[in-house]
Order: sequence, then structure tokens, then C-alpha cells
Amino acid sequence: MMASSYNAKDEDGHLPGSVGSGGPGAVKSKKPDNTAFKQQRLPAWQPILTAGTVLPAFFMIGLIFIPIGIGLLVTSNNIKEFEIDYTGVDMSSPCFSCSQNYSWNSTSACTCSVPFTLDQPFESNVFMYYGLSNFYQNHRRYVKSRDDSQLNGDKSSLLNPSKECEPYRTSDKKSIAPCGAIANSLFNDTLELFYNHPNGSKITIHLEKTGIAWWTDKHVKFRNPGGNNNNLSSVFRDTSKPVNWHKPVYELDPSDPDNNGFVNEDFIVWMRTAALPTFRKLYRIIQKKKDNMTPTLPPGNYSLEVTYNYPVRSFDGRKRMILSTISWMGGKNPFLGIAYITVGSVCFFLGVVLLIIHHKYGNRNNSADIPN
Amino acid sequence: MARETGESGETKSTKVKKHKRRKSKKESKTRTVHANILYDHTKGGDNPNRHYANNKIKTTKYTLLSFLPKNLFEQFHRFANVYFVFIALLNFVPVVNAFQPELALAPVVFILSVTAIKDLWEDYRRHRSDKEINHMDCLVYSRNEKQYVEKYWKELRVGDFIRLRCNEILPADVLLLSSSDPDRLCHIETATLDGETNLKQRQVVRSFIDLVSFDPFKYNSVIECEKPNNDLNRFRGYIIHRSGRRDGLYKDNLLLRGCTIRNTEEAVGIVIYAGHETKAMLNNNGPRYKRSKLERQMNVDVFWCVVILLVMCLFSAIGHGLWMFQYGDKRPVFDVLSPEGTDLSPVVSAIYLFLTMIIVFQVLIPISLFVSIEIVKICQVYFIHQDMELYDEETDSHLQCRALNITEDLGQMQYIFSDKTGTLTENKMVFRRCTVAGVEYSHDANEHQISPSHREQSRSQTGQHSEKDITPDPQLMDKVNECSSQMEFMRFHSQPLNQIPPDLCDIFDFFIALTICNTVVVSSPNQPRQKVVVYYPPGQLGNFLEDLLSSPSAESTLTKLNEEKRPEHDLQHAFSPTPPNFEKTKALAQDECELRYEAESPDEAALVYAARAYKCALVGRLPDQVTVELPHLGKLSFELLHTLGFDSTRKRMSVVVKHPLTEQITVYSKGADSVIMDLIRPATVGCLKILYKTQNYLNLYAADGLRTLCIAKKVLSKEEYASWLQHHLEAETAIQRREELLFESALRLETNLQLLGATGIEDRLQDGVPETIASLRKAGLQIWVLTGDKQETAINIAYACKLLDPEEEIITLNADSQEACAVLLENSLHYIQAKFLCNPRPDPQAARDYAGIHFSSPVCSPASSGHSSPFLVHRLGLVIDGRTLAYALDKSLEDKFLAVARSCRSVLCCRSTPLQKSMVVKLVRNKLKVMTLAIGDGANDVSMIQVADVGVGISGQEGMQAVMASDFALPRFRYLQKLLLVHGHWCYSRLANMILYFFYKNAMFVALIFWYQFYCGFSGSAMVDQWYLIFFNLMFSAFPQLITGTLDKDVSAETLQELPQLYMNGQNSEEYKPYMFWMNMIDAFYQSLICFFIPYFAYVDSDVDLFTWGTPITTLALFTILLHLGIETKTWVSLYNIIALFFTVALCYNASCPTCFSPSNTYWIMQKLLGDPIFYLLCVVTPIAALLPRYFYRACQGTLFPNPVHMGRQLDKLPVDMRRIFLSQSQMKLGSLGSLFAPRAPFFPLCGPFQKDYRPRVKQTHMSGTKQKEKAIANPIPSKSMEMRDTPLSSKNSDNHITLNFRMQEEVQSCRQGSDSPLPENLHCVKEPSSPITGTLPYTKDTPGSRTILDSTGLEAPLSPTDLCQVELLTSTPLLPQTESMQLMSPPRSCFLGQKLDDEDHSNQKSLLKQAGDVDHTHSTSCLQEHSLKTTFL
Repeated sequence: MMASSYNAKDEDGHLPGSVGSGGPGAVKSKKPDNTAFKQQRLPAWQPILTAGTVLPAFFMIGLIFIPIGIGLLVTSNNIKEFEIDYTGVDMSSPCFSCSQNYSWNSTSACTCSVPFTLDQPFESNVFMYYGLSNFYQNHRRYVKSRDDSQLNGDKSSLLNPSKECEPYRTSDKKSIAPCGAIANSLFNDTLELFYNHPNGSKITIHLEKTGIAWWTDKHVKFRNPGGNNNNLSSVFRDTSKPVNWHKPVYELDPSDPDNNGFVNEDFIVWMRTAALPTFRKLYRIIQKKKDNMTPTLPPGNYSLEVTYNYPVRSFDGRKRMILSTISWMGGKNPFLGIAYITVGSVCFFLGVVLLIIHHKYGNRNNSADIPN
Repeated sequence: MARETGESGETKSTKVKKHKRRKSKKESKTRTVHANILYDHTKGGDNPNRHYANNKIKTTKYTLLSFLPKNLFEQFHRFANVYFVFIALLNFVPVVNAFQPELALAPVVFILSVTAIKDLWEDYRRHRSDKEINHMDCLVYSRNEKQYVEKYWKELRVGDFIRLRCNEILPADVLLLSSSDPDRLCHIETATLDGETNLKQRQVVRSFIDLVSFDPFKYNSVIECEKPNNDLNRFRGYIIHRSGRRDGLYKDNLLLRGCTIRNTEEAVGIVIYAGHETKAMLNNNGPRYKRSKLERQMNVDVFWCVVILLVMCLFSAIGHGLWMFQYGDKRPVFDVLSPEGTDLSPVVSAIYLFLTMIIVFQVLIPISLFVSIEIVKICQVYFIHQDMELYDEETDSHLQCRALNITEDLGQMQYIFSDKTGTLTENKMVFRRCTVAGVEYSHDANEHQISPSHREQSRSQTGQHSEKDITPDPQLMDKVNECSSQMEFMRFHSQPLNQIPPDLCDIFDFFIALTICNTVVVSSPNQPRQKVVVYYPPGQLGNFLEDLLSSPSAESTLTKLNEEKRPEHDLQHAFSPTPPNFEKTKALAQDECELRYEAESPDEAALVYAARAYKCALVGRLPDQVTVELPHLGKLSFELLHTLGFDSTRKRMSVVVKHPLTEQITVYSKGADSVIMDLIRPATVGCLKILYKTQNYLNLYAADGLRTLCIAKKVLSKEEYASWLQHHLEAETAIQRREELLFESALRLETNLQLLGATGIEDRLQDGVPETIASLRKAGLQIWVLTGDKQETAINIAYACKLLDPEEEIITLNADSQEACAVLLENSLHYIQAKFLCNPRPDPQAARDYAGIHFSSPVCSPASSGHSSPFLVHRLGLVIDGRTLAYALDKSLEDKFLAVARSCRSVLCCRSTPLQKSMVVKLVRNKLKVMTLAIGDGANDVSMIQVADVGVGISGQEGMQAVMASDFALPRFRYLQKLLLVHGHWCYSRLANMILYFFYKNAMFVALIFWYQFYCGFSGSAMVDQWYLIFFNLMFSAFPQLITGTLDKDVSAETLQELPQLYMNGQNSEEYKPYMFWMNMIDAFYQSLICFFIPYFAYVDSDVDLFTWGTPITTLALFTILLHLGIETKTWVSLYNIIALFFTVALCYNASCPTCFSPSNTYWIMQKLLGDPIFYLLCVVTPIAALLPRYFYRACQGTLFPNPVHMGRQLDKLPVDMRRIFLSQSQMKLGSLGSLFAPRAPFFPLCGPFQKDYRPRVKQTHMSGTKQKEKAIANPIPSKSMEMRDTPLSSKNSDNHITLNFRMQEEVQSCRQGSDSPLPENLHCVKEPSSPITGTLPYTKDTPGSRTILDSTGLEAPLSPTDLCQVELLTSTPLLPQTESMQLMSPPRSCFLGQKLDDEDHSNQKSLLKQAGDVDHTHSTSCLQEHSLKTTFL
């Protein structure tokens, strides 16, 4: 026994660990595997950034970006846009008196008519926006103040809205539908557009109320409780309207019963809180004429009839009405085109600089790479 | 075996006793151990030992139950975790909450659980190793079975008797009670504890010495000893026998856990300390938590992040307050009241907002940073483990990373403190040369063996220690044969022996002295390593049968010899009248040739092996007798009268023996040449001549890096001996001043010696040590050697491993008082200043010039360039001994010491204690603020290893102590090169880049939200969905950089090793400088501005909603961040899947639930966006615009001011053969590489203002290397060489040409002797230095350079002949740097073939000059001047 125990531990100077594992044949080598991964020899692309190597990239970017930018700029310039402020801050403004007198508590409506002139014809579909400035729809507490499941038609949420809606959750011991600050501050001005025909007649321009919200919003996210039945008033019986509203949610659109309740498109559009304090929201769409011969909005005089319900003076806000045609890239915005042109030119310029650098200093570099 | 019963018996034995423990005060200080055997297991009760820890060890931190609470508790010690939990909890406060509270908890929980799983895994590994150890077997005496039964280690108790067999590892601290050894000794190997491989003797407790066999049942004593402590070298106690007698117990009686029983068949002992109370375990402290430099630096920046965060929050809070204030009482409709419906004043809401912003901006403090770093480090450790090149076939061990969290420190080392023995050397002494009676026997055959390939071969074939493989010198062998045959003849004819010629007599005595003047123990390997004991009664000597066979030819190797000899032995034994100990004699006969020598110091063994090669073999040693076997005379037994052991003051040892042939009382002494030479009494002129010759040879040996020993003898007349003996006995019996008296007695004996000869022993350097040191030095590492060895040896080794350069001057500091030390330091400082800093410092141009030349000169440049001090590193070596070091480390002198030491290229501390080693490391680390690495293999290096920033243990040869204390354990020293240069560099650059990127990434992301605050009334709103916000760090951006952090390679391993200069990148922290953090922050802010405002303007005044606008921004930011990583990444592995991942996740997430994830309802947004052309347009233009500056900067950097790493990468791109030519061509001078590229000094990074005060000079040398080169061309005479000539030392000695010439001839001769065909070999010798790979100087082994010996007495010591010759050498060497720097100047690409030829010219020139001995400086300089001009115009 002694001899065997000795043999196992023959050589001195070895670690006990390597010795203890039996005869020399049985010792399993701890030699690491020679694999590309373990030896850190994975194939890889190793770009080296020098003036010479990045030169083409800069010129390429420059050459590609500038045309794109020009294209974008042209597209944007082809879009026609008209904007009119009807807040009524100035004394001269037709809505001045309305803006002075009106507050959330007012019961009687105030109307004003703002005339404007279009110099150019608007073709194809014209989108009518209302725009608000200085309105912080992105305020943290404001953004949170809604109950999505209530808006999705959840009955329990209808009667017991989420705490997020506080303090616009209940009024008079009844739950508010729709609850929350966003709904409470729904934009409720009514805008109507009339074309003052040169012959003196005033032609109402038909404004399409539907199709202004995202399809998914209208059909997935927002639903009336108990489906879109016609008897909305009974569904919302146990709820109260938001404090700032003049009429309950099921009477938002008296003309179209399918456009009432939570699926009212104006409401849906409002509920999609704007990213920036100056924003516009789609209000109506003016469909292009069937015959395609006359422009949707011919040049001439128009008047905007405003039912002034929405006070903005308290926060120095502005209200605007915007008419805009639309292209493949959306509304009028020259910025992207300019950005592309700028970045492209800068790249081109830097490319030239690099070329000079490369020419001046890169020579030795290259020859060092290739000694022969 | 009998485990079952053993276990049951054991369980019973745990509960025992009736003995009452007295709770006296005295007992609390000591431990009383009774034998368990006295107590009946079956009856419970109180075994007095039951309170002591049992032998089960448990090093795990957790149990199943305690894991969760304990781990959490530990994790919360990390401030960051507390912070994140605080943030998460803050979310639950209603007025503050920014996110869904549950969601906010997710990252913290994730982080905590990842760390917990890691801890669990580590703990499990510890558990497994514990289990393995606990289940090892040992023999324990069982009361029931009345015999020793096998039990597990963990079942061992204090008070158990255990039987230990040869080669067993001790399971606990055991008091030795019995040993099978006739002398009642037990040999143990303490390698695992202190790393010393020589055997230590332990004695049986005195009272049991007389017992032949130990019977546990008769034992009834009680042991009282001290409480467990961790002092390995202390044990006190006493044993009380029943009779009331007390015997003291000393550390010599204690066998320590972890040691191995050697040479002793069997031993019995009683367990005194078990388990965690053993000294070994008490010494085994857990590894201390080290924080890497990078991490420290990072923490500073984390702090800055916190500051930035607070500033941003404060800014937002104030902004919000003002925003609120402007509305006054008119509450706008979008300013929602608090849930309670109360109106908040601007101030209160600002305060709330501040807290909210902390949550919203929390991403700025990178929560995943810490976890990511840990993951990356684990991966790095894995890869280091897996590196094949760090695997040692021989020991089947690879590098172990014991510290997981300091891998990147490996890339930032500045100082290396190395142990010598066992670290640089193999700690295997090999007899190399000897001189007997003034005749040199050069043992050329051995020299051949030294070549690594040979060694490797012999080792793998035979598995034998190389110290045994000595090929005798044929000349000497002949003489030995002649001598012994003559002796034999004479004895046969009963002639007096003193008639043989004196030189033969000397040879005979020389070998006898080698064989017996030591304390070597003989053992035989094929048996249990027990002592071979053969009794040869002294009187029977004459009866030996003579060996009549002629001696075998001298050329044969030892093994051959032995084979041939075997029949002789048999023959001899057949006739041998030696009667006793039959069994053992038989064993001896079989294995005689395999005798193994166990020596206290390896050089003793080497000498004995050497003597055996000359067939003068030591075959047995007893306390009073030494037996030697001689070829013709058979076995001779010398009666050993006295052994005067080695001590460091005498520096010699002597034995007094009665010569069996002459019957004379003979003293054999062996010791350091310096002392022995003084004791020699030259009788005749011939003797004097011999003395002189021997001294010459000794100097030569020393120059070769051999350890030299002188052998001398003295014959005492009976009267002399009697009178000495009387004094000696008096001294031995003296009670007071015994040590002193013994010392004096020894001195009295060791006088008037007769010189026999001298030996040169090589402590073989490990493979690749000089190359490794050279390359580490090129990497800018300052290497200090701290050794316990004596000064001469240390210096020799330092030369051998190229630590000291023959051209260097050496300052030796030996002082014996504080004042003397102060004076010495002062003087050397002045000396250095006078010598090297005479350059007027006010002239920066000149200083830079000077630095540049320093830098580009081949030898001293690398060290100086990496060294971060205003002191230039000169071509000086500092040697300091332990005593002086003790003074120098004193508070008052340490600054001066450092000032001297740091201006020296190499520092060598000899005779330093472990404590001093650690003090030196600590001093350098704390005072110079540098990163230190300590490498060592033995227990004496442990303290140093622990103190250093990174401790490296050499595993394999020696014990585990150093390894246990280390952070990294290497099998061999040379692996340090790859570990530092490659893995260190990679780890550092990867982590540094990753950390910087982390900061950038988070800052960039958070800044987006910050800009948004200006547009949302500072309300804390975020356009980024909260899910993206929270998981941004964890998911989308973390993976790619984990991959880069693990796999990115800036430069390939080959290039890194061939270009050690690239290591300086890490030393100077160039990847991560403080300013880089801010640069990254600025870049982050710029990029976020771009990423915010391009979408802003693209969507301004449109009907975009919050998240339809925010999602593109998130996407863009992600693109930008990833592309940024792409720019920073050097190696692109396919990692851009992450973008696909993002879109997949986003699409799924956005489609998943129309009503969940309130408040940020992001239903169908991504889908909508993908249909929007603007989104795509943004995705193209924004990242490009954002990354333009960085991309441009990097491109310019790559061309205009590429740093060395860039060049390394460019080299990587070259085809393999091209690169090799290129690398060898430029000889890897950083400067020369730089010269290939544009001069770039003025452009070099904007790091100036951020450098610490001690850096600028270095920087200059570093970056302006190329400029200097141009200067050097203009003025090719390095100022250095001028100075060297001006030194007083060199001018002092002018007439030593003879010595020098002699030396040179010797060299050529040795070259010739090295091979059969002298001419090619000679050529090779000359050519080799010029070969670019080795880069060595023309003489590979050379005399020590000139030494400025500053003696404590203040008087200049007379220079010995060697010194003089070295000084002379000095005057001739300044040429060399010049020639080398010439290589630099020639543009390598111009024509490297031509250059190569030139190089050869140079070397020829050099060798010619050398052989001429006398060097004409002016001539050679002008020569070189011409040449340099030539090469520049090529």
C-alpha cells in the first residue's frame, strides 16, 4: 500500500493538484484548446481610419446628400400652406372681444369671423389643422393624466377610472368619462370655412370630419363601452362629463352618431398628445373636387367662422388655423432638405481637407505600408 | 479501507469526556490538548478538546439559507447599488414618480441578480474544493479497533493520533511523537507553506525520543501550548507527563498542515491544531479586494457624472420653478393639479421636480456599467486562461487569474519588482566550471547543455533534475583517475599517501571537500524517500576490495557511466565484507546510481552532484560519519568531528574530519571567495601564483554570472586540534555568550587555509528571462530585483539576465549606520547630478535633445521613455544591501533613496527581508504614484506580492504560498511578457474604451431628454418611452459593447510582443485620460444636440405626437451610439445585429397591447414610422451629422499624429513576411517606427494640461522621438558618450589593457571552444549581436560594468583588478550606443538590405575594435559620423 501511494506522488516539485490524479497516463492535460475563438483569432474586419481610407466615404456622402437635399427642398417648396392666427390678441382682430371675455366657465358661445385671402390655388386634398402655441401638451403630469383602458371601452374603468386621472377623475361623486386632464382640455373651438365668391355669395366649404385619426386609434385603441351601439347615452349614464366640457362625450358630434363617444375623431386626435408646445392637429380634410379640373381651394377670399370656446390667453397661447396640401413626405418643411444639403456640403468640404492632408502627410504613410 | 467503522467511531469520539475544563485565566491564553483516546466515545460528556475547531474546512461565504440576505447585504456595500435602489424606491413616491414604479425596479433587480449568480457560482467552486480537501484520507488511531484506520480529513479532531507515511500531506498541525527514523527525525517539505523545497528536520518530542515504537494507549500526557496563531515559525508549549515532568515543545516538534512528509517512512503525532486553526489556514487570508487604477479613475468620473446629473436636475428644477412662476395665478389648463387637487407653489413643485429629474436622468449614472465591467473582466480572465502560449506543458499548468477584477491593471504597470531565486532563475543550481590548483577546467560540454532546447530535451526524456546532468571535463577526469589509481596503488603498497604529486593530491582533496563539506542528506528515489543509512565501521576501511576495472572513458555521460559501473558494484558487494543492515545495503546496491541528494541550499546539492560525476559520490551521511565512494578506493568513511555551519557573517562553512587514508585531522572549508581568499596562507611562491590565477578565474566566473565558491583545506596536527577542541568544547558548553564564543572558535580554526580550488555554479536562468526582461524594459517597465541572496550572487544573476548591463556604472550602497547611509545617498545623488544633469536645465531644447538621445540610444532608451519622472533614467545600476536598505527606508532618507533609485536603470536589493521587500514596493507605490507589479515564487515574496498593485506568483517549481497570495499565477517568468504586453494591453485598452464609451453613451442619451425639458416646461417629461429609457442601458446598448469589451483587439498579439513600446500606451493611460472623459462628454452633448434638433426641426409645428416623435429620436440615438462604437472599435465582429434586435423588439412591443404601458401609450408607433419616409431620411442624415466630427478627428489623427498603437495596427495590415522584415528591420525602436510617419510632435494630443506634473518630460521624449532623430543626424555624437569619457573613473585607469586584452582573448577562445569548427562559430559569435532579433551587445556575457563603490567609510575602496578592467571597458563602450542609434537614423524602407550589410559592417568594426583592445575614440567617432551621413542619404 505504501509503495502504491508513493508512486502516485513520485516527482517532487509538482503541485499536489497535478500529482493527485493518478498515474502519468491518466493525467488529463489542461492544455487549452487551439480554437480561433479561445485564442482570440476570430476573423474580423479591421478598418484603420486615416485620411486616405475615409476620403471616399466623405466624398460619397457629399455627392449623395446634396442631390437628395435639393430634391427634398423642391418637394417641400411645392407644398402650399396657409396659416392664420385667430387668437384675437390684437385689438384689430375680429376675435378680440371673444378672447377677452371668454373663459372656461362661460356658457354662451362667442363667434367671430376671420377673413383671409388665398393667393394660390390649393390642389388635391387640403388638410385643415388647428394649431396651438405655448400649449404644453407634453407636460409630464398632463401626459399621464388619462386612462387608456377607459378609453378602450373597459366598463370597470369607465366607472372607476385610474388614479392617474386625478384630479379629473370624479366630479359630483360620479366618475368622469373620459377622465383626466387631456380629455378635460379638449380643444372645442368650431371652425367653419366659407369661400367668398367674387360674385358675393358665401359658399360653405365641405369639411370632412372623419379619417383624421390613425386607423389603429379609431379601431383598436379607442372604443366605446359596450360596442358602438347607438344608445351611448345609457352607457355613459353613470358618468359625468369632464368639467370643462359643455356637452357629454356621447354628444360630441351631433351630425354623425358613429362619431360619438370615445371614438370621436376630434377627441382621438386631441388625445394623441403633441410632442412640442407649438403644435398643430388635424381638424378637417377638404376633399379634392371630383372633376379634378378646378382646384380644391381656388385663390380668392375666404372667411373662417370661429365658435370661440377655447381660452388660451391665460397661458399666452395662440390659436391658428392652417390649410395645407400634402406630399409624400408630409407637410411643408424645408428643413430636411436644408439639412441634407448642409451635411452633404460639409462632408464634401471635409473630404477636400482630408485630401489635402492625405496629399501632404499621408505619403510617407503609404510608402511605409509598402516598403517595396 | 475501514472507513465505515472509522466514521462511526469518529462520530462517537466527538462526544466524550468527563474532564472538566477549568476556566482559569491562564487557560484562556493557552490550549490544552489531551489525547482523545483516553476518553470513551460512547459516553458523552466533555472531552476537553471538544471546544477546538475540527479539521473540516469551510471557505465558502454563504450557506443555502444565508445566501440571499448575506449576498444582498454585501452588494449594498457597493455604493452604486444603494444609489440605484434608492432611485427605484423614489419612484414609489407618488409626487415624484416618473416611471411605473415596478418597471423602475427592473434594472436594479436585474443587476443584483446577475451579481448574485456570479457570487453563487464562485462560492460553489470554493465549496467543491473544500469538499475535495475535506475528503482526503489519513490514518487515525481508533480507540475501538486499537489500530490506525483510514478517515477523512474532516473527521480529524484535536487530540487524535495520526500516523503519517512518506509523501503524505499533513492534514493538520501535528505534534511529532514518533518517527521511524533512527535519529527520531522527521523530514518535511514545506514548499506549500513557504516555498522552500529543501527538507526541514523536525524532531520527536524529547520525552519520546527513546521510544522505539509508539503506543497510543500508553500516552497519557497533557499538552499545553499557545493559542492558534498564524506565525509559522513559532510554537511554544510544554508537555506534562503523568509523572509531573514537563518537557518544552518547540517549533521543531510541530508538523504543519500542508507540508509533505519526506524521507521518513512513518511518523506518529497528535493533532494540536485542526481545520481553520492550523497555522496554514490562519495564514491563508482571503484575497484582498483590489481596485484597479482604471476603476479608481472611473470612479472619479462617476463622481463627475453625479455632479453633471445634479447640475442638470438643478437646472431643470429652477427652470420648472420659473416656468411655473411665469403663469402666476393663472393656471394653464395643461398644468395639472396634484392628485389631491391642491395647487403647488412653484418652489414646491421645483423641489419635487428635482427628485423626478434624478429618476429621469438616472441613466447618466450608468447602472449597467459596473455589471458590464464585471462581465467583461470575467470574459477577459477566461481568455487569458485559455491562452495556449501561457500554458506550460512541463507542469501541465496554465496561468491562473486569481483576482478577477484587476485584469486591466496588467496593462498599466510601471514598475516590476521581482524576486530572483526561483523567479528569474530556476532555482536549480548547476555546476559549471571549476579550477583546481590554479588550473581551469572549463567543462565546455556542460555549456552546451545549457541551451534551452537541449535542456528541454533532456528534461522531457529523463524527467531528471538537470543539476545532475554534469558531463565531466575530460582533462580533469583524467587527472582524477590518475590520482585515484595512484592512491590505490600506494595504499596497496602501503606507501604513505603524501608522496603523490601535490596537484593530484589537491584534486583529490578538492573532490573530497566538495563531497563532505556540506549538510546534504542522501536519499534514494525509487524507494520511499527515506534516509539511506549504511553503517561502515570506520575501522574496516582497509578491508575494502579494490576495484580493478579500468575507469570508463571520460567522454561518456553520467548515465552511461552508471550503467557501466553497475557490475562493478555487484562485484564489489559480492566481496564486500560489510555486514550490517543487509536489507538496506541491497536497496542501495540496486539504486546507488540513483541516489538523490537533499540539500539545504541547492548549490550544495549541485556540488555534490558534480563530485559524483567525477565518481566521488556521497553515499551516506550520519551525524558522526560521512561515507564517500571513490572509483578505485571504494567506500571511504570519514569520521566527522565537527561541522561548523554556514552563517552569513563568516560566509563559509567548515567540516573537521579525520581522513581515513592519512589519518590526519583535516579541516575542509567552503565559502565565498572574498572571505576564503583572505584566509589563505600562501606557503610558497607557487602557491601565490596559484592564488593569483585562481583569483583571476574567480573574477571570470563572476563575470559569467556564476556563483563562486572557494574550497580550501587545512591539516591540523593532533596538538593543534586538541587545543582548539578544548576551546571549542568550552564554547559549546558556555551558557553565556555561547554564540559569540562559537563564532570565535570557528574563526580560530579557519585560518591559514590551503587553497584547493574554486567552483562556479550557475543558478540557471529560466528560459527566456533575458529576452523577457529586455522586452519588458523596452515596454517602459522599470525592473527592480529584490532578493534575499547575497550581493555577489545577485549581481551575477543580474548580469546574466541582462538586468544590469556591462556598460552601466553601478552604484553600490553598503552602509552600516544611518548617518553613513545618509552620506552615501547624498553622495550618489550628487554624483548622478554632476554626471548626468550637468546639462543646463533652463535650456529646454537641449534637455529635450538630451532626452531624445537617451531615448533613441538602444540600451537605456526604453526604460527612460516609459518612466514617469522628471528624473531621467540613466545608465546606472544601483545595488543596495539589506542593511543599508533598512536605513534607506527610514522616513528621513526614503526620499533621497527614491531619488537615487529612480534615476537608475536597474535597482538590485540584496539580502532583503520579506518585510523590506514589501516596504520597498510600498514606498515606490505610494511615493512615486506608480503602478507596481511584484512577482515572486516563495513565501518570502508574499508580503511584497500583497502590497503591490498586482501580485504575480510563479507556480510550479516552488510552493503555493506565493500563488495563494497572488492575483495571477504564472508557470514561468517568461510568460509575464505575454501576460503584460498582450493581455494587459488588451484588457486595458478594451476596458478603458468601454468605460469611456459607457459614459459617452449614457450622457448622450440623457442629454436628449435634457434638451427636451426646454420644450416641455421642465416638467420632467420624456419623449423616449420609459421602457426604452430603462432598458436602453441593459439591452440595446449594452450588448455590443460587451462584445467589443471582450473581443476588440487594437493590435494583434504578435505585433504587441514584437513592439513592446506599445505597452506604454497603457502606462501613460493614453486610452483613458481625464480629459478624454470631458472630450467624450462634449462629444456626447454635441451628438445629442444633433440627434435632438434634427428631428425637432424636421417635425416642428407639425401634428406629430409625443412618442411618434420620440421613437425616431430613440432610434437615431441608438444608431449614432452604435456607429460611434463602430468608429471606436478596432475589430469589427458582426455586432450590428443589435439594430435588428431593436426594431424587432420595438415592433413587437408597439404591437403588443393597445392599452398597457400607461402612460406612454406607444401602440403602433413603430409600424407607422416605418411607413414614413421622413423617418428614413432622418435615420440617414442624423447619425452622419452627429458622427462627422469624431470620424473626421479619427481620420486626421490616423494620418497627422498617429500614436504608436496606430502604427502597430498598420503593421498588422501588412502581409506576414513583410511585417517580419519590417519589424526586424526597424529593430522596433519606437522612434524609428515614428520616423516612417510624419513628424508629429507639435500635433500630439491635447493632453498637455492634464498631465501630472511629473510627466511632461517623459511625454516630450516620447512624442518627439522623431524630432530628436533629426537632431541626432545633425549631430551624431550623442552627448552621452562625451560624458562617459569625462567621468573621473574612466580617466583614472589607463593602464589595464593587459587585463582587458586577456579578457577579450578569453572570449574569443570560448567562442572557439564552443564548437568543433572554430571559424564559423567564431563568426557566429561576432555576428550574433548584429542580428536584430536578439539585439544583444557583441559580448553576450560580460564582466560586470564599472562599479562606483561608495563605501560607508567614505574612503574609496581600492579597485580590484576586475574593477579596473571593467572601467577600462567602459571607456571603450560608448561606441556601441552610437552604432545602434545609427540603425535608427537610417530610414528602414529606403533599403533594408543595404542597412543589414551596414549593420554587419558595424559589428565587424566593433569586434575589430574590441580585439584591438585599445580604442581610438576620435577615429571611430568620425568613422561613424561618416557612416551616419551615408545612411541618411541612402
